[in-house]
Amino acid sequence: MRTDEILATCTWILRGLLFDDSIVLTMETRREDIPNWDSFNYISFIVAVEIKFAVKFKIADVESFENVGAIVRELMEMVR
Amino acid sequence: MGSPLTNIVGPMQNAPLYPMMNWLPIASDFEGELRTAVASEKQSVGLEKLASLATHRLGFLETIQLDRALNRLNVKGAAGFVPVRLAVLASSTVDHLSPAMRVAGLRRRLLIDVHSGRYGQYRQDLLDPTSSLHQFAPEAVLLSLTSQEAISTVSITATAAEVDETVAKFVGELRWFWRKAREIGNGVVIQQTFVDVTESFFGSFDRFVPGAPAQVVARLNDRLCEAAAQDGVFLLDIGRASQRDGIDAWFDAARWLQGKFEIAPQAAPLYGEMVTRILAAQRGLSKKCLVLDLDNTLWGGVIGDDGLEGIILGSGSAVGEAHLALQRYAKRLKERGVILAVCSKNDARIAEAVFQDHPEMHLRRSDIAAFVANWGDKAENLKAIASRLNIGVDSLVFVDDSPVERERIRQSLPMVAVPELPQDVAQYVRCLADAGYFEAVAFTSEDRDRARQYAENAEREALFESAQSLDEFLCALKMSVVFGPFTSIEQTRVVQLINKTNQFNTTARRYTPEEITSLMSRSDVVTLQFRLLDRIGDNGLVSAMIARPTPEHGDVLEIESWVMSCRVFGRQLEFEAMNIAVEVARQQGIRALIGNYVPTSKNGVISGLFPSLGFVEVDQAGFANAATTRWALDLSKYVPRNSHIVRVGVGQ
Repeated sequence: MRTDEILATCTWILRGLLFDDSIVLTMETRREDIPNWDSFNYISFIVAVEIKFAVKFKIADVESFENVGAIVRELMEMVR
Repeated sequence: MGSPLTNIVGPMQNAPLYPMMNWLPIASDFEGELRTAVASEKQSVGLEKLASLATHRLGFLETIQLDRALNRLNVKGAAGFVPVRLAVLASSTVDHLSPAMRVAGLRRRLLIDVHSGRYGQYRQDLLDPTSSLHQFAPEAVLLSLTSQEAISTVSITATAAEVDETVAKFVGELRWFWRKAREIGNGVVIQQTFVDVTESFFGSFDRFVPGAPAQVVARLNDRLCEAAAQDGVFLLDIGRASQRDGIDAWFDAARWLQGKFEIAPQAAPLYGEMVTRILAAQRGLSKKCLVLDLDNTLWGGVIGDDGLEGIILGSGSAVGEAHLALQRYAKRLKERGVILAVCSKNDARIAEAVFQDHPEMHLRRSDIAAFVANWGDKAENLKAIASRLNIGVDSLVFVDDSPVERERIRQSLPMVAVPELPQDVAQYVRCLADAGYFEAVAFTSEDRDRARQYAENAEREALFESAQSLDEFLCALKMSVVFGPFTSIEQTRVVQLINKTNQFNTTARRYTPEEITSLMSRSDVVTLQFRLLDRIGDNGLVSAMIARPTPEHGDVLEIESWVMSCRVFGRQLEFEAMNIAVEVARQQGIRALIGNYVPTSKNGVISGLFPSLGFVEVDQAGFANAATTRWALDLSKYVPRNSHIVRVGVGQ
């Protein structure tokens, strides 16, 4: 799976989760850049991503992802 | 991708587990339909679309999306939907469960308004009359508590007596919560059983150690269930569900650590489903009848083609055993009060012959209350079955191995529950059981007797066919009625009857056991229960009436609830019941009776009830439901109705 495919899937998930089709994610996007992407919705996002990609993130990683790119790169590692 | 071996031990091993809701069909275009629903010009159209979408298999993300769409529609109330205010009190994070409860509610046409108490603040919320919980005025209160608190106070070296003491204290406190919750929640309290998230300390030997956390949780659940049964509290058995699906499907240590989620978010859809099953059951919305297809459902093969020797059923074949397992399951359901019916595309004589002649058949012809085998349309046949059994089409569950027939029924009769049977017959029973169609909140003697009563009804039908007229039939039945005020012995049945009856129900008002108890203790309130007997058998306690003086006039009684089981429609019991009610009222110095008819989607059958009893319509004003009609009966002018029912006595 390519980086852009994973990023597109993450975008699709967050759009669904926040019911907002205007959301555009880039590798540099940070949580605070997206309205309503609070800590509760962040966990929901992590759950949805885990289900979609059939993976589990380490809690240390979930705490330290600094932007969407970090999540995508970790997913690249896991679904390789 | 690596070698095949790395796939086995590789990333998939860590994939999140979640409970499956396999009985629900998969939506063909979830996102498209969601968009269409939200874009609907009329709110009611959008809501119907969402309700339809909610009857499909939805995962974690789809559930949240549907809930957001529902929120976008901003529906406050809608025709054909029942509003429910549910408060959730929890000692862990439960915000993620609200969307799932609303979506599962929509699946049952309940519009659930969820109030989540502040995490861990349930004690204060219950106690403080100014809390948002009190202001919310819930119709039901759900308590979702972790076992952590209780476990943390028990040492692993504790004796059995010490464990019992701690557990008793904990459950004692719970009962106090229940009492408080009952005062706030209109009597309906639902307690979630404790989920065992503990680890083993001794291995299998844990079972011998009273202080081992797993043992403490087991003890807690035992005591909890006993107390709940005594206190009339409903259980939400997540403890059992988490054993069934595996604890990893329900509890995720990461989520607990990240946000004190005791219920894993991916289990939310099933959690919501389980909660709303109870809310629906309590409102009489559980299914009542299991309609079974025959070929490749009750047995393997096609009887018309394969013949008695050719069909696959019973020992000797795994497939035959699987079909037999479905029959056994259906028979047990029948024993607990579910009505069985058959709907099959077959020659009726050939199909019935299997029941008589096949040595491995577990179900007998007499187990089937309505048997329809013909070459007609199954949707029409299902309607005929419902009408013959005098139940709503929405009380039916239709089990058929054919995807075509299933789709046909879902299209033409969306109110019928149609489980998406798996490809493998080995999973049929599990699929049907998991679907939870027959969720109960009581198990009464009426339930135990229902199968017999339906068998007797077949005899009554035969009598009816042989009679020359309705009058002759009713006369030949030799009916009698036993009546009296509500009794504590039969109170559970009365509550069940009132809450489950949808057709002959004048006001659709529901009561909790506590409300009934308090009504029974009041001398000014008239309660009447009626048991109908005839020469074929006891129809059971089939009607109940509650009337109380109006606030304005102490000598005018208002019938606030009158229900009658559909089993005895057309027997003139409503006439004799009114004769009795009038006499009882006169003895209390009452001069008039008032009856209200609150139309619902299901009680159209009694729209003419009050005028048929001699009531005249009076001006109505100020009813929540504008379609309500109000009727009055001047007792001095009442002419007793003729009926073929004799009175044999007053119940104890």
